[in-house]
Amino acid sequence: MFIKPRMRLAPDDTKFRFMNGRIAGLVVSAILSTASVVLFFTPGLNLGIDFSGGIVMEVRTDGPADFAKIRGALAEEHIPDQGVQRFGDASTVLIRLPTQPTEAGTQVAVSKVRSALESSVQGAKIVRVDAVGASVSSELFRNGLYALGISLLMILAYIWFRFEWQFAIGAVATLILDVTKAIGFLALTRIEFDLVMVAAILTILGYSTNDKVVVYDRVRENLRKYKTMPLRDLIDLSINETLNRTLGTSMTVFLASLPLALFGGASISGFAWVMLFGIVVGTSSSIFIAAPILLFLGEKRLRRDTVAIGAPETGTAPRF
Amino acid sequence: MMYFSRLKAAAILGVCLLGLLVSLPNVLPSPASWMPWRAVHLGLDLKGGSYLLMEVDMKAVIKERLDGLVDGIRQALRPGAIFYQTLEAQPDQNRVVLRLRDPGKIDAALAALKPLVQQEGSNGTPDLEIANTLDGTITLTLSPVALHARASAAVQQSIEIVRRRIDETGVVDPQITQQGDSRIVVQLPGIEDPNRIKQLLGKTAHMTFRLVDEAANAKSGTAPPPGVEFLQLEDERGGKIAVRKRVDVDGADLTDARAGTDSQTGQWVVNFKFNSNGARRFADITRANVGHRFAIVLDDKVISAPVIREPITGGSGQISGGFTANTANDLAVLLRAGALPAPLTVVEERTIGPELGADSIRAGAISLLAGFLLVIAFMGFFYGLFGWFANLCLVVNLVLMLALMSLLEATLTLPGMAGILLTLGMAVDANILINERIREEQRRGRPPLAALEHGFQRAYATIFDSNAATFLSHVMLFVFGSGPVKGFAVTITIGIATSMFTAWMLTRLLVSRWYLAVRPRLLPV
Repeated sequence: MFIKPRMRLAPDDTKFRFMNGRIAGLVVSAILSTASVVLFFTPGLNLGIDFSGGIVMEVRTDGPADFAKIRGALAEEHIPDQGVQRFGDASTVLIRLPTQPTEAGTQVAVSKVRSALESSVQGAKIVRVDAVGASVSSELFRNGLYALGISLLMILAYIWFRFEWQFAIGAVATLILDVTKAIGFLALTRIEFDLVMVAAILTILGYSTNDKVVVYDRVRENLRKYKTMPLRDLIDLSINETLNRTLGTSMTVFLASLPLALFGGASISGFAWVMLFGIVVGTSSSIFIAAPILLFLGEKRLRRDTVAIGAPETGTAPRF
Repeated sequence: MMYFSRLKAAAILGVCLLGLLVSLPNVLPSPASWMPWRAVHLGLDLKGGSYLLMEVDMKAVIKERLDGLVDGIRQALRPGAIFYQTLEAQPDQNRVVLRLRDPGKIDAALAALKPLVQQEGSNGTPDLEIANTLDGTITLTLSPVALHARASAAVQQSIEIVRRRIDETGVVDPQITQQGDSRIVVQLPGIEDPNRIKQLLGKTAHMTFRLVDEAANAKSGTAPPPGVEFLQLEDERGGKIAVRKRVDVDGADLTDARAGTDSQTGQWVVNFKFNSNGARRFADITRANVGHRFAIVLDDKVISAPVIREPITGGSGQISGGFTANTANDLAVLLRAGALPAPLTVVEERTIGPELGADSIRAGAISLLAGFLLVIAFMGFFYGLFGWFANLCLVVNLVLMLALMSLLEATLTLPGMAGILLTLGMAVDANILINERIREEQRRGRPPLAALEHGFQRAYATIFDSNAATFLSHVMLFVFGSGPVKGFAVTITIGIATSMFTAWMLTRLLVSRWYLAVRPRLLPV
């Protein structure tokens, strides 16, 4: 274990014909992404208060929480709640209140819940209060979308600059498909969509880009090396050559995120689950989506130099 | 590629040692006060505390300026006997509209209004645009430059006042910063219930001393005459009281305010002192109005309206108004700290108790350790010796990240901890790329040294491209993210930078020294 590797994730010199599955890959991806878009509209995302506005209070009680008593205490003070639910362990309760009509009303509502609980539920302790006004929540949402959009543009520009436009379009189209699936996953699992989830989606974006660039980098290298190989075989070869790396890196990121999902605590495990999902999607999309798109876009253009067999070895190869 | 001069090797190891040194403050207490001892800050979500995002009410700022302008216009037109039909502030359009009774006097009116235009900013742009029509309507509009200058002055001033008020409450290490054009972030470590602070910050505490209009007061319930308004009286009598709009002495002229008890009645009072300007005006007013009532107005409510028994020339006075020890103290704090230029409203609050923060740290630390061990085991198992090189680099990477974060005095948040974990997973990616490439080169029949040379060189281009793209997207996250998410972006960005150093420099150095020592005929990749 200390000198020689014990094991390989994939054998060397695999000769999988990945591009044979290109249609299947694209169709499956299109179906999943379409389903995700549908899920995005019905039932929609479970918006956290960062984006919906409102108040969330986390309360800890001595021993298992008595939900009826908490609801009663709130009803007595005429506080309309939007849900009193268990959060993590049995003695932790999450109370949600809707957005108040005015910003000042928010503060009043928080104080009312505080006093209602402290007077009628023995040993209840408010350990967290998040109150987000309506104006702030829409701003946070807008900023989140900006971050997402501008990230995609930066990636597009960078890959265009370093590779060719076919690579850039292939990568960004794949990334958009990845992101829609992550959103579908969020809608399906009802994991709360908040600012931290924007971070998770951007991380998936970063990881997935990383993965695509590695495959593309090998395609670029092989394009220069094998001047006459059809693009389809060349992409298959590149994916096979980088297979161990692709699997290795997704394994390490997966292993690093797994404990976070299992023991990270209620507020961060959602993030980790989305990450785990994103790793699987991002890794498979490098092979089954990004590469086929490159094949479709580049079949004529990236191989235009093959027409003149015996052309000089330099000159028309993609720039590096 | 595989050759390192002594100097270069020493430099690489030096960076690692320096990193270790710089990250020490995170685990050791400061040995001496003169030593720079920078450690990573824990975010409020980890150590507990309260985060308040407050919005400065810009409409109020504008309205105040326009109301002042209306007063100024009234006084400017009086000497020339220029009469008007209407004089009205329109805050929504940032302007005051004046309609003259006699359109022929428009030139005289314009001349009289000229002194009201103030210069704004360093380049002296006028803050008002005056326009008129032939039928005798004059509009005075605040210029955009003036609006902007007023807004930023109001935020700056609010930050100062907020800081003074919070300092009075004894909160340790509060952070008060501007965000955007009109917002203030207040971070209060260790505060579990920010209610008292919100109450303190929720008052503008603008205090004025004005005369009571007894004639109008008798006719309460009717519309007040011009220049007079009915205000709520807060003392035990209650009801409304007619107060002149004209401010005789302003609270801005106070130099001190202390809570105390009155020696005769034993009631809680607030004792105050004026500066020389305030003292002079206070003396003048009280001398001229003995026997009249003088209203002490705080935020459009009359705290009390005592009768002036004798001229007060000493520049100090006392407010009584049914205070308790707490309310008297709070009022004294507010008066000492000064008035806010405009009301503040809390638009976002995040309060986290210390026990929840401690739980998060524990959960984060456990996941971090577990994830770290899993990655290390994976690398050792799948890449053998070269995997252990990568693991050593991973440890150094963690130390360097900590060092950089300490130097930047970055804030570690819960998402930031997740970021570190992800970075660990991604940091070994560079090593995986290198190892796979070396293996490939060797399988193509290159001898060990050439395989290493080519492996590192070819992998480098890939590592650079793949990391640059990730780097760019996280910089965006930092620019557009807020709060904890920013912390996440910081850790990932730093992690990418350090992992490129460890993979490219340290791994190569380790491998090259190992190769020179062992000279293997076949690389164990």
